Amino acid sequence: MPDNLIFAMEVTLNGLMTGVMYALVALGFVLIYKASGIFNYSQGVMALFAAMTLVGIQEGRVPFSHLINAIFGTSLHNFAWNSVPALLAILLTVAVMVLFAWAVQKFVFGHLVGQEPIILFMATIGLAYFLEGMADLMWGSEIRTLDVGLPQGLNTVIDDTTYGWFGYGFFIDNLDIVASIVAALLVAGLVAFAQYTKQGRAMRAVADDHQAALSVGISLNFVWILVWSLAGFVALVAGIMWGSKSGVQFSLSLIALKALPVLMLGGFTSIPGAIVGGLIIGVGEALFEFAVGPMIGGATENWFAYVLALIFLVFRPQGLFGEKIIERV
Amino acid sequence: MSMMQYQPYETEDGRTIGNTLMEMKNITLRFGGVVAIKDISFDIREGEIRAIIGPNGAGKSSMLNVVSGFYNPQEGEVWFRGEKRPQMRPFEVARLGIARTFQNIALFDGMSVLDNIMTGRLNFMKSTFVDQAIWWGKAEREETANRQKAEEIIDFLEIQAIRKTPVGRLPYGLKKRVELARALVAEPKLLLLDEPMAGMNVEEKEDMSRFILDVNDEFGTTIALIEHDMGVVMDISDRVVVMDYGKKIGDGTPDEVRSNQEVIDAYLGVAHD
Repeated sequence: MPDNLIFAMEVTLNGLMTGVMYALVALGFVLIYKASGIFNYSQGVMALFAAMTLVGIQEGRVPFSHLINAIFGTSLHNFAWNSVPALLAILLTVAVMVLFAWAVQKFVFGHLVGQEPIILFMATIGLAYFLEGMADLMWGSEIRTLDVGLPQGLNTVIDDTTYGWFGYGFFIDNLDIVASIVAALLVAGLVAFAQYTKQGRAMRAVADDHQAALSVGISLNFVWILVWSLAGFVALVAGIMWGSKSGVQFSLSLIALKALPVLMLGGFTSIPGAIVGGLIIGVGEALFEFAVGPMIGGATENWFAYVLALIFLVFRPQGLFGEKIIERV
Repeated sequence: MSMMQYQPYETEDGRTIGNTLMEMKNITLRFGGVVAIKDISFDIREGEIRAIIGPNGAGKSSMLNVVSGFYNPQEGEVWFRGEKRPQMRPFEVARLGIARTFQNIALFDGMSVLDNIMTGRLNFMKSTFVDQAIWWGKAEREETANRQKAEEIIDFLEIQAIRKTPVGRLPYGLKKRVELARALVAEPKLLLLDEPMAGMNVEEKEDMSRFILDVNDEFGTTIALIEHDMGVVMDISDRVVVMDYGKKIGDGTPDEVRSNQEVIDAYLGVAHD
């Protein structure tokens, strides 16, 4: 087998894995957009906030310690414990994200029911900056490493096997494999939740028609808190994966920008679309960089996804799986 | 204060009309300076078909929206099943057992007919998310029971053939019937129909009238409906409220209303000479 083809296979595999990570972020957008028509600009910051909270709890840090110390002249930094088990810390972070979802509905979107989409969008921009400041205030702005015990580094089994086949070992990161499995479980879980549970059905009903949902006894408020909680949970999963990969720092919130082209490809309203869109972008940008990058000076991953999204906007604005927009005249 | 008291009686066709189920007392509803409903009182008795009629813009839909909690009146009281109903949001009213349909049809277009109808059973689902994850048996039994009720209503309204069809693809008349099915499957104490025959041809109107009568007869469901087409309503309802410009101008049996001079004037116009 020619060397180039073998390299391309490795690049494709790695692209798929990166695509899964993009899809994780895009999922959070889809959940909220589908149920409430809000394009949540703060999804990336939610991932950052969740990751910072998780690290903070794990390390036993006192939230708002800088603020408390500045006001009261104390020098609090850590609680007496300094290593909370990962699972417990994750559960506590989920609780924080649910509380956040409740607060967002109660103090922001509860007051904006029936407003234009652009106003709701502006509110999420405000929310993004608020949350970023909140994360900073609560946990400080230092770069942290996040470790919840996920395996990392070269997967030797794949390396050995592929070496046996091709005389060249593929470099696949264990963390990427874990992320793919987690993403698959997450999507399966979300789909099962939406199809088979009372709350999931209520969520689908609200996504479809508010008036009809009210008339069968569904509380819109409850469903909105639920979807923000789910989006918070998805943000936490994305935050764990990206945080484990490249550390928890403010640039983490920028992964949301990579989710935008994914959404344009997959459609803003489709969960499978977010996954397929993520995979296409992941593989597309990796292969493009591999095949075309060297000819034009490299670093094509920085823009390839956006150009692809632009092409989609011209030819299929609703995305691959989005609902077709038909305007009756 | 309490609700109006009546002696139950049996109609010519053998249905029993009971005591007061719901009473609206001196309802006034304003939108800014516009008075949509002006000091209207009426009651709905158990087991009856009660119609609210009136020309376009009379305030009928506003009244229905007050009953179903979509609007909150500035003045007046709503009494339901012997108790004064506090201010409630629409989903809370629905949970009390008041189901409704909409004049311009509010269905879940992305779901199949069966899924649409199943949403009417959401409030009958007791098992929580955790139950459903752990106790498959219990959740499944519940699901089966709800499904049975849905199938019963589907048979009743003769929509077996379109069970799996996405609602968005259905013609208007069938959509109206699916909406009725979704309201019925919730086993409502009171069923509100907002212009159930609007936009229908004669044949569809006849079908719908038959279904309304059958629902009332078979399940004993109390029905309040709004129409501006007087003809059909007079044939199927036990008592009629007539509204015009936000005021009540008539209330009684179809015969009483038909001979009411004010009602005749509102519908035919008054000669000015």
